[in-house]
Amino acid sequence: MTFAHRHLLGIEQLRPDEITTILDLAEDYVTLNRGPNKHSDVLAGLTQINMFFENSTRTQASFELAGKRLGADVMNMAMQASSVKKGETLIDTALTLNAMHPDLLVVRHPHSGAVDLLAQKVNCAVLNAGDGRHEHPTQALLDALTIRRAKGRLHRLSIAICGDIAHSRVARSNIILLGKMENRIKLIGPPTLMPSEIEHFGVEVYDDMKEGLEDVDVVMMLRLQKERMDGGFIPSEREYYHRFGLDAEKLGHAKDDAIVMHPGPMNRGVEIDGDIADDINRSVIQEQVEMGVAVRMAAMDLLARNLKAGRA
Amino acid sequence: MTTTLFINAKIIDPEAGTEALGALRVGGGVIKEVLTQTPENAEMFRTRNKSSETVVDCGGKYLAPGIVDIGVKVCEPGERHKESYRTAGLAAAAGGVTTMITRPDTAPAIDNPEALEFVIRRARETAPVRVHAMAALTKGRMGREMTEIGFLMDAGAIAFTDCDAVVTDTKVLSRALTYARSLGALVIAHPQEPILSAGAAATSGKFASLRGLPAVSPMAERMGLDRDIAMIEMTGARYHADQITTARALPALERAKANGLDITAGTSIHHLTLNALDVADYRTFFKLKPPLRDEDDRFAVGEAVASGLIDVISSMHTPQDEESKRLPFEEAASGAVALETFLPAAMRLVHSGAIELPLLWRAMSYNPARRLGLPSGRMRVGAPADLVLFDAHAPFVMDRAKLRSKSRNTPFDGARMQGKVLATYLNGEKIFEAS
Repeated sequence: MTFAHRHLLGIEQLRPDEITTILDLAEDYVTLNRGPNKHSDVLAGLTQINMFFENSTRTQASFELAGKRLGADVMNMAMQASSVKKGETLIDTALTLNAMHPDLLVVRHPHSGAVDLLAQKVNCAVLNAGDGRHEHPTQALLDALTIRRAKGRLHRLSIAICGDIAHSRVARSNIILLGKMENRIKLIGPPTLMPSEIEHFGVEVYDDMKEGLEDVDVVMMLRLQKERMDGGFIPSEREYYHRFGLDAEKLGHAKDDAIVMHPGPMNRGVEIDGDIADDINRSVIQEQVEMGVAVRMAAMDLLARNLKAGRA
Repeated sequence: MTTTLFINAKIIDPEAGTEALGALRVGGGVIKEVLTQTPENAEMFRTRNKSSETVVDCGGKYLAPGIVDIGVKVCEPGERHKESYRTAGLAAAAGGVTTMITRPDTAPAIDNPEALEFVIRRARETAPVRVHAMAALTKGRMGREMTEIGFLMDAGAIAFTDCDAVVTDTKVLSRALTYARSLGALVIAHPQEPILSAGAAATSGKFASLRGLPAVSPMAERMGLDRDIAMIEMTGARYHADQITTARALPALERAKANGLDITAGTSIHHLTLNALDVADYRTFFKLKPPLRDEDDRFAVGEAVASGLIDVISSMHTPQDEESKRLPFEEAASGAVALETFLPAAMRLVHSGAIELPLLWRAMSYNPARRLGLPSGRMRVGAPADLVLFDAHAPFVMDRAKLRSKSRNTPFDGARMQGKVLATYLNGEKIFEAS
């Protein structure tokens, strides 16, 4: 088993075998989480601080639960309401935190690269819970685990990622991870929501759902932010749903056993039809949430082992 | 009159585009004689000189006109903790820059004669090099009303620019350009489509997409230049583009010159020596405005300098303190200090074979001086004896802690560079000597 990292800042830094290591360990935590006693002590005595500079309910809850199940002392700091408003810089925040001797720092920030910057200045393990439109590594890992469990493998699959790719850190981390694991990746969305020169990332780009979804094993939908719906990047919500919303007809072009994923929270009737989201034969959206806790437990466990080894 | 004789110097004449071993006699603040040196007459130089004359043996190193740098930001008034006229002047002298053309994008902007007189006085009292100040084209650099161009010229403004604040209102710009033309004033603009580039921290492309940075298409520069060219055609103004950094803007520039418009263009030393990938892991010292470009663009702009299409290379010296830079990339301030690294960075172009030294030097001294109507930047009898003696090959590792600027935001920290200033002279007087 190998995982030689101090932080989990992105998928970009991980080797395929390290990704597999995290997923394998996460499987153990899936079992633990489904059992009667959902507690382990691998993080006992360690302090985990969740710093969210951007609103989040689901990711923060998932990290909090993961830490608590592993026995860490977990503290949540809602940064958007605190010192940032008073003009404190990110570096000063980091120095303040350092003095509290945290062991695991979970950070979400609205600017790309901000978590990397913070990681350079603190003495603990940093987990990126999403930085700007850069990376969201634990989301990509939980998606990978979900796919592996549903499809029995994480390679040589045809995977479509649909929607607002340009503003999505989830898409970026997934493109990197699924590419490293040697899958065929198809990006589908309006050209206004595609990052420039994305074709250089070893992906195929489509602006037609039916074409793009042809024979795929996995359909990954992305959330379309409300503020991007009207006129700016797309003409309207209803035209978007008509052309890019996942409904039964469009899904019909995918393989019969294709699974449907969504990182949440969903806009039913915008990017995804409500019936498909709830279809227990196709949708693995609830499973993604479950895998999220397990993957975060695995990631924190591995980082804590390296932390202890480094201090010993 | 005491004179100084520089012997055994490889003399760069940027006007003629030549370099040759020779000697130079300097007196009364100006160049008195430029002499060719051969093995036969070498000894004669030594013996012939008058007893009162100081002889400087240059040891075969390069002797060139001092650099004339258009677009230096000195942070007076407003942010003297970032850079003062004294520190900028010391950095300039150490970097071989003998004339700084300073920017008006201070806080407040230099947009009235009183403010201009203040900076000219500060420069005269504290800076060891020549300083000419530019003034804003519009009040507060807000793009709404033109400044008192006439009064400002009387007070010594050498050119007019709103720096990176593009005048978006074409009515305001056309009137300002027309008024400036009537006074023969040079207007320096930042060719950029400001709405397309709003909020951008990088150039769009593979790297910006990977890093998830808000980015602008390189086409925004061409759009800005195209608009400005139409404005010059309309008004007949004297115009200089501060930084052309993309390949796609070059054909438009070439056409405008061929059509006889009074247009020149510059670029920055950083855009000639670095590309977008140098940002790597969000290194904010590499955040510039316009942002660093792809390698294809860097290469094309280098060729344009070599061909003379781009006239001027500037340092675009922009001091920023640590607080402005130690931020997430999107939030960090733009700009880099460059006065002291200008020469060694420029030598990268020579060592890589991109450009011959005399042609490079033309873009760093003669062309900017000529465009601004200054007598310096020339290796010619009667020209001011503003000189830089340098070793083009001396290697060193750049250490930002040793910079003389108050701000040390250089992208070259830790870089291996070649090219060291040995001494700098202003009016024939030594103002810097390497220790």
